[in-house]
Amino acid sequence: MDILISGLLLGGTYALVAMGLNLQYGVARIMNLANGETLVLGALAAFLAFTAISLSPLVTMLVVAPLSFAANWVAYRLLLRPLVKRAKSPGQLEVDSILATFGISFALVGLMVSIHGEYYTYSFLARPIEILGTTVAENRLVAALVAAGIGAALVGWLNFTRTGTAVRAVSVDRQAAQLVGINVARVSALAFALGGAVTATGGTLISTFITLDGSMGVIFTMKALIIVIMGGVGDLRGSIIAAIVLGLVETAVASLIDPGLTLVSAYVIFLGILLFRPQGLFGKRNA
Amino acid sequence: MNRRTLLSRTTAGLTTLAAASLLSFTALAADTIRIGTVAPKTGPLAGGALVSQWPNVDLWIQEVNERGGLKLKDGQKKIELVAYDDKTNPTEHIKAVQRLATQDKVDFIIAPYGTGFNIAAAPIYAKYDYPQIAVTSVTDQIGELTERYPSLFFTLGSTTAFVEGLRDVLVKLKDEGKINNKIAMVNVADAFGIELAEVARPTFEAAGFELVYDKSYPLGTPDLSPIVKGAKATDADSFVAWSYPPDTFGLTEQAVIEDLNVKVFYTAVATAFPAYGGKFGAQIENVLGAGGVNPDTPEMQAYRTKHEEVTGKAPDYWASANTYASLQILETAIEAVGEVNREAVTDYIKTHTFDTIMGPISFENQNSNRFWTVGQWQGGVFRGVVSSNIDGAVDVKLKDGWK
Amino acid sequence: MTAKGWKDLVLIGVLVLAAAFVPLVTDGYWLSIAVTAMMYIALTTAWTLFSGPTHYISLATGAFFGVGGYLVATGMSDHDLPFWLMAAIAPVVSVVLAALIGAATLRLSGIYFVIFTLGLAEMIRGLVSWVQNNFLGSRGLYVLTDFTEAHIYWMLLAIAATVYVIGWLIDRSRLGFAMKIIGNDEGVAKHLGIDTARAKVLLFMVTGFFSTLVGAIVAPRYSYIEPNQVFSPELSFMVVIMALLGGTQKLWGPIIGVIPFILIWETITASFPNATTLYLGLCFLAIVYFLPNGVVGLVQKIIAKGRSA
Repeated sequence: MDILISGLLLGGTYALVAMGLNLQYGVARIMNLANGETLVLGALAAFLAFTAISLSPLVTMLVVAPLSFAANWVAYRLLLRPLVKRAKSPGQLEVDSILATFGISFALVGLMVSIHGEYYTYSFLARPIEILGTTVAENRLVAALVAAGIGAALVGWLNFTRTGTAVRAVSVDRQAAQLVGINVARVSALAFALGGAVTATGGTLISTFITLDGSMGVIFTMKALIIVIMGGVGDLRGSIIAAIVLGLVETAVASLIDPGLTLVSAYVIFLGILLFRPQGLFGKRNA
Repeated sequence: MNRRTLLSRTTAGLTTLAAASLLSFTALAADTIRIGTVAPKTGPLAGGALVSQWPNVDLWIQEVNERGGLKLKDGQKKIELVAYDDKTNPTEHIKAVQRLATQDKVDFIIAPYGTGFNIAAAPIYAKYDYPQIAVTSVTDQIGELTERYPSLFFTLGSTTAFVEGLRDVLVKLKDEGKINNKIAMVNVADAFGIELAEVARPTFEAAGFELVYDKSYPLGTPDLSPIVKGAKATDADSFVAWSYPPDTFGLTEQAVIEDLNVKVFYTAVATAFPAYGGKFGAQIENVLGAGGVNPDTPEMQAYRTKHEEVTGKAPDYWASANTYASLQILETAIEAVGEVNREAVTDYIKTHTFDTIMGPISFENQNSNRFWTVGQWQGGVFRGVVSSNIDGAVDVKLKDGWK
Repeated sequence: MTAKGWKDLVLIGVLVLAAAFVPLVTDGYWLSIAVTAMMYIALTTAWTLFSGPTHYISLATGAFFGVGGYLVATGMSDHDLPFWLMAAIAPVVSVVLAALIGAATLRLSGIYFVIFTLGLAEMIRGLVSWVQNNFLGSRGLYVLTDFTEAHIYWMLLAIAATVYVIGWLIDRSRLGFAMKIIGNDEGVAKHLGIDTARAKVLLFMVTGFFSTLVGAIVAPRYSYIEPNQVFSPELSFMVVIMALLGGTQKLWGPIIGVIPFILIWETITASFPNATTLYLGLCFLAIVYFLPNGVVGLVQKIIAKGRSA
């Protein structure tokens, strides 16, 4: 029971890390290596607001989400859209977006370090709470609940609204989407901005229970890449399930075998899944 | 343009250039002494360096320049700092130190931050005769390294000394009947944690302890709750973690949440950070950690006040003081020699005793045996409880819950 | 084509000879830059050997490099084995590793292959730390040798030159021809009866061998090895970035990608010591927008202009 609950909470954390990248890569086709930095930026905002004016990260989150949405929208239109336009092939876009977002990630690290170079330490909801006989931290529980909320909202939006359907269409086939009158450029910008908003929101929540600093983004970028690929590009459900699987596996291994093997086991699961399903859990061939 | 005007213009240009460079050269030679430093501002070690290293460099330079500079034979010289960010990357670090030595031609270099970086850079310091007072460096190879690099000095102690410091605390408490002989030990699976745990296993066992829980966790583990739960499931009275900054915070937070009821709770690096006290407040009363200071001496009090005044934040209770003391040593040695003669300064450091904020420091075989190994949070201050040759250790207290 | 191929080889020969003199001219700062550049040249050329023709972007460089550095360090520190023995064993270990990775990744393509190699490298990093922690134990991994920067530089130069020559030979062999077809269309290659699997795995093994050798040679430069540092995912990314900047279609692409990259990097580091990372990022963006086809594209454009003029 311990393992199940702690594992689900960790899975929620991972979902926060990965859902945004899934939207950005799956729909807008931008392999965003600055994903982790977006997350840490959210964490920095939460830390600064908490230490300066004791603002609850849950309030900060509500401010960070729209800000990040706007910033990512602008970043997509100004920085990434030109690359999409100029790319003659998907391969070239991949190369260009890797280089560009790598540059953005460096710039963001530099920016964050100049704002606050030390660890983002503060204490928020670091209290125990009992769920079904298991002691968990309140801040982790809150993060997992918000993750579940965001995940459910996104899946619902993608499946039951017009815009959501357009987003899914773009993720499946850009050309066909264009042909049926979907404004691909707009939908891509929307997905990219939404992804950025989700990631930054995740950052504000994660900062309540993991001590971060300006240089740690890359850890989250890598985790997000692994989860998105494991779940299958372009399918949000895949990412959510992959996140939960990783959370459960890591917690189980840490509790039953050896905490030293948590990350190893996570990667073994990842590699194993790709060996049997080369397109990820929910991926489609030639997606 | 005929040949003569070309010639005269060129000559005039060259003369101006030469005059300008001569002027700037003499200006530099007369007024300032150039001191370089390379340490991380980004990357995994930046969070620590921005607490223990950079503020002390700033503080020291400000203080020296405020009183007119370093007193040399040909007058007082202000310090001009040349600083680079090594991004916590050894390749970058090596390049940057080379740049300081051969391009910027700085007069002295402040030693790097971190064990690996001090060792990686040591050949360069040795090649150009820069004295290297390696503060933030904990290794069991002090003998071999100082033999190899004649201008390398250590001040923070060896890996074994750190483990033995903690062992002494535990043995004392066990002999007084205050704790049982069971220890739950964890370590971060990185060079530092692996080395300390490796030394700790035989050391603790030889002292009559039993390691009832002995696990590692990878760097960057996002959820440490299984580890704390695992330790809680044992009947150990002591919890020892050879941990790094992010996980020192994480383990402590989980211990609060799980109400890990041990009588000795020890985490390694970052326990001495003011941010640690800031985050946990009164909950961490009687938590033990690596390092420590004696905050009651007048020198230390003056230092702490000045540090807050100049840098706007409090120094940590461990490496900050050692770092500042190492700069005082450099300062004294340079002024005593009275000129930029690096070999003479190195020799001076080897053979003299220095008054620092940590009391008198001298080197034997390039190693100072004056450092704190274990400290404890008592009443909002992280006080040294075990030292090597420093007075002012306070008695260890038992951890009594997390409220 | 053949004549031009030979011309390329001669040109490289001259460059290698010229490069060999660098340590005689300078021994301080510029040599340390040269060592760094040479390390990346060797790594990116080895990377391009596989990834250039196949278009498979591998993020496994860090894993191979780490195996080299780690085995040398653990052999020397914990078992008192000589440097050369370990430097010889490490690449062999990696060849086996590369064969396994190659065989495992045959079904993967595109981004799935990229992230698979990243995950694999991270798994190896975690596994090595765990094994060392629990079974080998260590009181610190020291690689203390008497090598100077010049020695390391020459060894790296020799590796880089060897990789280039091997690449040149492969280019002219049946294997090279097969790789080009695979890169264009794997389906076609299969229909033509090319054993695509064997070709890919073979090439990946060559890449693994040399990346590991570089790691082993660079270990004495670091002196003190931390597993988490040598198995660096950052290194894998840097190699990819430099190779992409240079352009991956020509084997000499990496060379002209690495050198300007290192020089720009240095200039920024030296000019903006307080905000290096920020300016590096901005500089990256500038390169992407103003040099759309990498440095190779720029060079080719200049050559083309020169001809038409």
